[in-house]
Amino acid sequence: MRIALFLTCLGDAVQPEVGRATVTLLERLGHEVVFPADQTCCGQMHVNTGYQREAVPLVRHHVETFEPYDVIVAPSGSCVGCVRHQHAMVARGAHDDRLAERADAVAARTYELSELLVDVLGVEDVGAYYPHRVTYHPTCHSLRMLRVGDKPLRLLRHVRGMTLVELPEADQCCGFGGTFALKNADTSTAMLADKMRNVLSTGAEVAAAGDASCLMHIGGGLSRLRSGTRTIHLAEILAST
Amino acid sequence: MTTFLGVPAPRGVGHLRGEHSFPDAARGALADSQLRRNLGHATHTIRGKRASVVGELDDWEQLRLAGSALKAATMARLDEHLERLEREVTARGGTVHWARDANEANAIVTRLVQETGETEVVKVKSMATQEIGLNEALETAGIEAHETDLAELIVQLGGDLPSHILVPAIHRNRAEIREIFLREMPGVDPELTAEPRRLAMAARAHLRERFLRAKVAISGANFAVADTGTLLVVESEGNGRMCLTLPETLITVMGIEKVVPTWQDLEVFLQLLPRSSTGERMNPYTSAWTGVTPGDGPQTFHLVLLDNGRTAALADELGRSALHCIKCSACLNVCPVYERTGGHAYGSVYPGPIGAVLSPQLTGVEDNASLPYASTLCGACFDACPVRIDIPSLLVKLRARHVDEQRARTVPSAEAIAMAAASWVMSSPARFAAAEKVSRAGRLLGRRTGGIAALPPPLSAWTASRDAPRPPAETFREWWARERGGAS
Amino acid sequence: MTAREEVLGRIRAANAAAGHPPPPDVPRDYHRTGSHPAGAPELLALLRDRLVDYKATVLDAAADGVAEAVQIALTEVTGPVVVPPGLPAGWWPDGLAATRVTDDGLSPADLDATAAVLTGCAAACAVTGTIALDGSPDQGRRAITLVPDVHVCVVRAEQVVETVPESSPRWIRRARSRSSADRRPRATSSWSGWRACTARAR
Ligand code: SF4
Repeated sequence: MRIALFLTCLGDAVQPEVGRATVTLLERLGHEVVFPADQTCCGQMHVNTGYQREAVPLVRHHVETFEPYDVIVAPSGSCVGCVRHQHAMVARGAHDDRLAERADAVAARTYELSELLVDVLGVEDVGAYYPHRVTYHPTCHSLRMLRVGDKPLRLLRHVRGMTLVELPEADQCCGFGGTFALKNADTSTAMLADKMRNVLSTGAEVAAAGDASCLMHIGGGLSRLRSGTRTIHLAEILAST
Repeated sequence: MTTFLGVPAPRGVGHLRGEHSFPDAARGALADSQLRRNLGHATHTIRGKRASVVGELDDWEQLRLAGSALKAATMARLDEHLERLEREVTARGGTVHWARDANEANAIVTRLVQETGETEVVKVKSMATQEIGLNEALETAGIEAHETDLAELIVQLGGDLPSHILVPAIHRNRAEIREIFLREMPGVDPELTAEPRRLAMAARAHLRERFLRAKVAISGANFAVADTGTLLVVESEGNGRMCLTLPETLITVMGIEKVVPTWQDLEVFLQLLPRSSTGERMNPYTSAWTGVTPGDGPQTFHLVLLDNGRTAALADELGRSALHCIKCSACLNVCPVYERTGGHAYGSVYPGPIGAVLSPQLTGVEDNASLPYASTLCGACFDACPVRIDIPSLLVKLRARHVDEQRARTVPSAEAIAMAAASWVMSSPARFAAAEKVSRAGRLLGRRTGGIAALPPPLSAWTASRDAPRPPAETFREWWARERGGAS
Repeated sequence: MTAREEVLGRIRAANAAAGHPPPPDVPRDYHRTGSHPAGAPELLALLRDRLVDYKATVLDAAADGVAEAVQIALTEVTGPVVVPPGLPAGWWPDGLAATRVTDDGLSPADLDATAAVLTGCAAACAVTGTIALDGSPDQGRRAITLVPDVHVCVVRAEQVVETVPESSPRWIRRARSRSSADRRPRATSSWSGWRACTARAR
């Protein structure tokens, strides 16, 4: 299958290893990955911070960039959430119904990584080997916007050599919330503290998630504490052999 | 045709606006370890109870869909349902009053109490009367209002403000309640312990005598059935029904959104509400009354229908769904922000996720500008809401309204400039790639630990408690270009 | 303009501003009935469970054994027992030591001097463990069931339905003309120790 990779701005600029892992994984499964070079950002931060007008050119650009592809994958639950639930809304808010229709069409072909693997490609065992103690944070947007359910866990359970430890209060938000982490830094930190406490209580070496932004948040906290536990993206575990 | 923007709730009366912005108010709450513990314990307990009784019903989702549709249908014909309600209540011996806002409602209730010649009233727990600051208005007129809900009594005796829709004293633990009782309750047993049963009994002893002598009661309403003219109050303690039954005069203050068209609609809401709010299959006590029943209960009944910004909320295509709220407080109990800050940080009697959308809608966004941002948009509130209010989407919409109102100012904020710049950069691949190169200068920082420990404002809010990632040596697109020759 | 006209006007303007959203059809595909008919043994068992869970005492009685059950329920009650004017014949236990006070508009203070109340009910919902009173002659005024510490409530088997949608029409009948109070026995309330007698019909 020919799959277009939407890496997301954070993935491109800050965590390129996530994109590389996604490419490795999908190619290992026998698929062709293409990277539309014009891609930039889905505009989620703009929309969620109230700058919908500023998000319109980003939505238009995203739609134009990805319209030619039949299957699009992003290793980020929240960016797929934005594409699926907000792009058309932003277009309609700008009274551009044509753009809204096109955005809906692109959204219908856009999948979060675990959705692509389990629902579209029909695999749960991707042949990965990762000899570490891992706990998994399901992230709010994957859980409640996309409803990916236990798909990531089904993928992880097939990884060889890995000990998967259940994360207490896993469904609780880590406190990132985009600009929330800056505007309400104190509350965000209080939420992060509890998330880290739960992560550390598992004794895991690695905390995994399917969203670069949450990983940056949790990882930033764990690193500040010199906790010895690090974060990793789901794609990187699945790409390991 | 001019667009109707509605009339917001007036300033200077009631409790819909806080003195501080949410982040500032939250800071103090977050540092209060006792409060954090009380809240954490209370919200986790109630979450568990709710989840278990909701799990008992295999038609929960159908009930939610019915509840949501019922509310939308009611709003679409709100004027007709209120007129019907007024007709039915009047036909059964009640008197209906209309109040444009808090001031008008307070004046009506004060006058009605004064006409009875009484200077004391008992009160059933009610959000609407908290919203309009009725107790303060009555006090100014020399009328003493006694709260009879246990939690509301704790708040009143403690000289405090409610911090939860359903459990106004959720921020207090038993030891604190005992202290308040010992300090404020005349004639209380000095040996009072912090045992819940002993505390409840002390409150009852304190209240019982009030119920028996009260001539006037003031209540809110959970539902008002238009086609029968019946008002309903649901409660846990049974104190409300004493107020609703024993006095001679009953005055009910009700937001106009509380009306439901038919009696049959109750079969939906009386399942959704108790399971969502207290985690019970049915609330312990439900009182229903229709106008005046000769020889049974209050012989004078007044119903005050309150707008106070509700029509302003109704004018918004999306925002109007906030009026569907049945005040169950499930969204508060599951909210990770509420769990940590408590209700006072929201500055309004409506705290938590629904408060963050409802308060700014009732007052106008500029008066509660920080509330729409008091959420990570994690979505737990929507999943818990028995009438499926999409609170995260409403928050996003309110943020947009706030930003659009700010645009009208002559000087754009630093944030607005940054957002506009980011939009300009990110709508062009070339500009985006160039910006990535610039940000790589960040690699000069954090060389030792692999993370950046301090950034200049506003990003310093991030690095105050988290390391920032050090930009990578090579972006993905550079790697791709190197590895795959840029082909796509 | 009166406040009434103004508020109604604002509602109409608001609905117009929001583009006159049409009232959606209400999907009523939730369960409107349970799986057992009113009075089925399964429902009586479920109701009993729920009531006991709420710390009420439940006694079973045959249709002609109500007085006997009431007597047992009131054994420890020493003060006067208030009853509604329409208390069905045969419910009052003749051998009871307690004084029977028939309500004729007793004041709250008078009621405060009574120890218990004996009434019938309008309906009971098994799933939620709720007993509904609607002010019918066998239940009387609301006040009499609020003030005394002990409430002995006779529930006829055929009054026991399974679900909330089945129970609410049963207490609307009188809501139109009379007031009704739907209440549940509560353990934590020292005011209303409950004794519920479920009487089997026939
Ligand atoms: S918004 Fe929904 S969950 Fe929150 S209080 Fe209202 S009805 Fe309950």
